[in-house]
Amino acid sequence: MKTWTRHHLLSLRQGVARLFAAPLATLANIGVIGIVLALPLGAYGLLVNLQAFSGSLPTEPQISIFLAPGKGTSDHAALENRLKSASGVKTVRYVSRESALAGLKRSPGMAEVIASLRDNPLPDAFVVTLADGDADAADRLEHEFRTLPGVAHVQVDSAWVRRLDTLLRLGRTAVLLLCTLLGFSLVAVTFNTIRLQVLTQREEIEVSKLIGATDAFIRRPFFYFGSLLGACGGITALGVVFLGFRLLNRDLGQLGALYGVDASLRFLPLADSMAVVIFTATLSWLGTYISVSRHLHSVEPR
Amino acid sequence: MTTVEPVISFNDVSKRYPGGYEALAGVTFDVAPGEFVWITGHSGAGKSTLLKLVAAIERASGGTVLVNGQNLSALKSRAIPYLRRNLGLIFQDQKLLYDRNVFDNVMLPLAVTGHPYRDAARRARAALDKVGLLERERALPIALSGGEQQRLCIARAIVNRPGILLADEPTASLDAEYAETIMTMFRSFNQVGVTVLIATHDQALIERWRPRVVALARGRLAT
Repeated sequence: MKTWTRHHLLSLRQGVARLFAAPLATLANIGVIGIVLALPLGAYGLLVNLQAFSGSLPTEPQISIFLAPGKGTSDHAALENRLKSASGVKTVRYVSRESALAGLKRSPGMAEVIASLRDNPLPDAFVVTLADGDADAADRLEHEFRTLPGVAHVQVDSAWVRRLDTLLRLGRTAVLLLCTLLGFSLVAVTFNTIRLQVLTQREEIEVSKLIGATDAFIRRPFFYFGSLLGACGGITALGVVFLGFRLLNRDLGQLGALYGVDASLRFLPLADSMAVVIFTATLSWLGTYISVSRHLHSVEPR
Repeated sequence: MTTVEPVISFNDVSKRYPGGYEALAGVTFDVAPGEFVWITGHSGAGKSTLLKLVAAIERASGGTVLVNGQNLSALKSRAIPYLRRNLGLIFQDQKLLYDRNVFDNVMLPLAVTGHPYRDAARRARAALDKVGLLERERALPIALSGGEQQRLCIARAIVNRPGILLADEPTASLDAEYAETIMTMFRSFNQVGVTVLIATHDQALIERWRPRVVALARGRLAT
């Protein structure tokens, strides 16, 4: 066990030393891995933010039915029954013009506008939620409600949220695809780097074999080297995305201020960031494994 | 009729390289523990091949090679490192690592076996002291003279306290005086019980020491 620890510490030191032995090559490698991975990582970060945004919106389709002014309460009750009996309707909620105005007053920036009005310009309304999110059903109901007596205007809400959701799903698939492809390139980059390492370490490998080093002993520094390379690449990618988000946030903040909303991109959560580093380190380990298995036995002492 | 088990035993050993070149044929001999043996013969007689067979760098094409009772032709490649840890190898082309200093070169065999650093450093210095290189432990091998480089190889070979020392032309590029010192070192290791096999074509040295000689001619034992 002690020998095992000692061997691993030695290999770790050797792995780090080899990274520093050719600092320019190491930086170039880390840069390649980092920038290549920053692409899907940044896209993923944007998706997570958009998703959080769309999650805060209602995804059930709603139909707002605005009533013509000057109708009595009895008309309203009759209309409400008609709405409730329509197929595909889940709930029907009545919003009086007074409560709509009160609700509007609570929205930021609207209070002053409303205070300047002499009387309430808002109509009474029904808000209907649908049982299922079928866009066709929403369209059908929209047409049906429009013909009802006393209805001034019908509007289908939330259809665009659904579209956003579908788009997000598309985006996720694209990011996954990109991740897989670039994951392969990460394995390839490590494979090549390790191949070159084996060539430059040729003498050391040969001498080590001659003085009784096991294959495991010779392989270990390469694994540390490769995994560290991957981990550093992952950290670089995170750094690139972090800087990118910082830059975007500066502009987004100004844009948001104009609309009175807090618009800022949130960086990846810590767990995700750590997963990224573990992921890149593992892929590099894999590349090292393939490379070392292929190339190490080509160095045999003569 | 031997009472002691030989440490090295060749029985009808042959070695043919790809392409048909026959380096050794029908070689049979035993080496007892603690023996000092010369392997002699002209260049191309098969001296290096013979030593490489003992260290499992090459495998015999026929016959059996036993080292410490282990049959090397049946040895799995996984077991080869452990065989080599009991051998001190000194090569014709030295095989020093030129990117690290004298001390680190000698430390390498101990790192391989996972010795604690403190103990390893003590042993490495003892080995360097034996070959008279203690003052030069921080020097890079390239800064050493030919004779010093050869002594560094010897220090690296003995630092693990092997039971068998194999040297391929250790005095080939040295002048007579240096060769003499190196040979004195091998003698002293032999006196503390290490089995020593040295391949050489230097007849003058052999005349002086007159130990046991295994002579090769064109891959066969010459008697």
